[in-house]
Amino acid sequence: MRRDSDLGGLADPGRFSEPLEIAGNDAGTLLEYLRSMQLIRCAEELIGEMVTEGVAKTPCHLGIGQEAVAVGVASGLNATDRVFGNHRSHSQFLALGGDVYSLIAEVLGKADGASNGMGGSMHLYGASVGFQGSVPLVGATIPIAVGAALAAKMGGGQEVAVAFFGDGACEEGVFHESLNLASVYELPILFVVENNLFSSHLDIQLRQPSDSVARFAEAHRIQSRIVDGNDVVRVSAAAGELISRARAGGGPGFLEAVTYRLRGHVGPNEDIDVGVHRKMQDVNAWKQRCPIKRLHAAMAGAGLITPDEFDEQSRGVMSEVRSAVDRARAAPYPDKSTLLDLVYSTRARA
Amino acid sequence: MTELTLVEAVTRALAWEMNADPAVIVLGEDVGLNGGVFRATAGLQERFGTQRVIDTPLAETLIAGMSVGMAAEHLKPVAEIQFMGFIYPTIDHILSHAGRLRTRTRGRLTCPMVLRAAFGGGIHAPEHHSESTEALFAHIPGIRVVIPSSPARAYGLLLAAIRDPDPVVFLEPKRLYRMLKQPVADDGEALPLDVCFVLREGTDLTLVSWGAMIVETLAAADRLAAEGISAEVIDVATIAPLDIDSILESVARTGRCVIVHEAARNNGVGAEIAAELADKGLLSLLAPVARVTGYDTIMPLYQLENDYLPDTARIVAAARQTLEVT
Repeated sequence: MRRDSDLGGLADPGRFSEPLEIAGNDAGTLLEYLRSMQLIRCAEELIGEMVTEGVAKTPCHLGIGQEAVAVGVASGLNATDRVFGNHRSHSQFLALGGDVYSLIAEVLGKADGASNGMGGSMHLYGASVGFQGSVPLVGATIPIAVGAALAAKMGGGQEVAVAFFGDGACEEGVFHESLNLASVYELPILFVVENNLFSSHLDIQLRQPSDSVARFAEAHRIQSRIVDGNDVVRVSAAAGELISRARAGGGPGFLEAVTYRLRGHVGPNEDIDVGVHRKMQDVNAWKQRCPIKRLHAAMAGAGLITPDEFDEQSRGVMSEVRSAVDRARAAPYPDKSTLLDLVYSTRARA
Repeated sequence: MTELTLVEAVTRALAWEMNADPAVIVLGEDVGLNGGVFRATAGLQERFGTQRVIDTPLAETLIAGMSVGMAAEHLKPVAEIQFMGFIYPTIDHILSHAGRLRTRTRGRLTCPMVLRAAFGGGIHAPEHHSESTEALFAHIPGIRVVIPSSPARAYGLLLAAIRDPDPVVFLEPKRLYRMLKQPVADDGEALPLDVCFVLREGTDLTLVSWGAMIVETLAAADRLAAEGISAEVIDVATIAPLDIDSILESVARTGRCVIVHEAARNNGVGAEIAAELADKGLLSLLAPVARVTGYDTIMPLYQLENDYLPDTARIVAAARQTLEVT
């Protein structure tokens, strides 16, 4: 049985397909958003191809269609902030400025990868851009981000912690433990929910009494915003407001960005054969809400990018990612000597 | 030198290191205002403030998870879990993250945290308040598991645990918290985490134990001595990673070994020690390795607890049986 949606139009695949409202936004910033989203899209599409080919052998969770959330949130962050991801974190890694070669190399398990080939797609680490790690246990990085926020607060600086997770993580107990403490101790942290309406394969309508998870923020007295997660301008504005507030000592923020993944929970397929309520017509409708297409249309309409400029930018992104793929495919795997050398500060028993 | 109980030694070690290192943060349920359910953190919040002695909600998964996050940011969280049976929600983070951070990031992130918990029987409560499930943690790569058996070792080992760059699960035998006082030099001297302690030298057999069972094991050695049998007593103290070399060296001399632990027998740490002895010390063994342990059931309420826990008589009987093999 399908309940009424508390998200309303935000969860309606037939809505929000028009060009973004970009009036008042800086052209250079918009161009950066566009390029960043294109880079993420292109990298994930090529990763998807490598999964299909059997070259990428580790499970890959693609966020194709969700790029605006990571890019919009990252626009308010610095390299000294502490960002934590989940199983679907290629986008966050790249949006923060992580190197696309180190991402692809990691996905292929190579020693040059972001985690030196120890993690693959699901365990990304990028300290130089403030990405403190992703792990594929749903909800697991939320309390770790709370610990980082506590450390930031104790350090007396302006840093914030950010936890990216999905609507499914809001069903985990530690999510509530974390919001509670962050609120009580007024920690500088932003909780970002990419509400893509599915956890693995199950529709949120079958998992929760409401399809909007911002109600949990309200229960913990945390400031929240609900936005169209496919609108990078709105994500950026809402995240920026909550981040600034947290930096200024105003306590935690909670951003519910409503979005949709165009591919399956894992792997490159569109995932209409499993799960509930996921129909091809929904997937096709959400393709019209594509965050890249909508930003591009708005920029083209406003004369901020010509067709030639867009083509050139697209080719540039493609060539950057293709060259990263070629290099990563040729790169070596980690040496066997790395199997045991860092289990303890002193070498563990062989 | 002041005479301290084990729990007082824990408090002194915490206070010493908090004073010496501003990165040390104590957190947990009732550790601040209340001073801890066993008083292990008594007076610390008054002395060091609410920023460094943090009362948390009743949320063990969060306590462990945020400790991982704090440790990765170069703080040294020392989190308290009130009873061993309350520790299981923390395994989510101890197993999945604390023990893996160093390897996962090729050493760029580390996790210098301590998870303290009151452990073992002796307070007349069943199950969660009294159990000994150290083997669960000993199985996790990247984690050190430390169990003191005296006030002085509690002091020195806890200092070492806080200073160690790796995550340490520090299990405090609550039966010993106030059982005896011992002179403890409050001098900030740590004890090593990678060696067993030989508490008593002997030539006829080796008794291996840890935690509160050291009391019964030493008493068994006394009783055996009265019969003219010379038992060496080893306190393993750090059960993971295990210093098997010290045990092998002792058994190479005595040829006989009895392992004593409070935990259930099945897949207990005693099984690992026995397997190592079989692997690496088989030719020096004169008799099968014996184990005196708790039973493979839940920790019972107090009357049956006396039957569950190994006592001196059971240890002496196992020792005699081992010595009968010729």
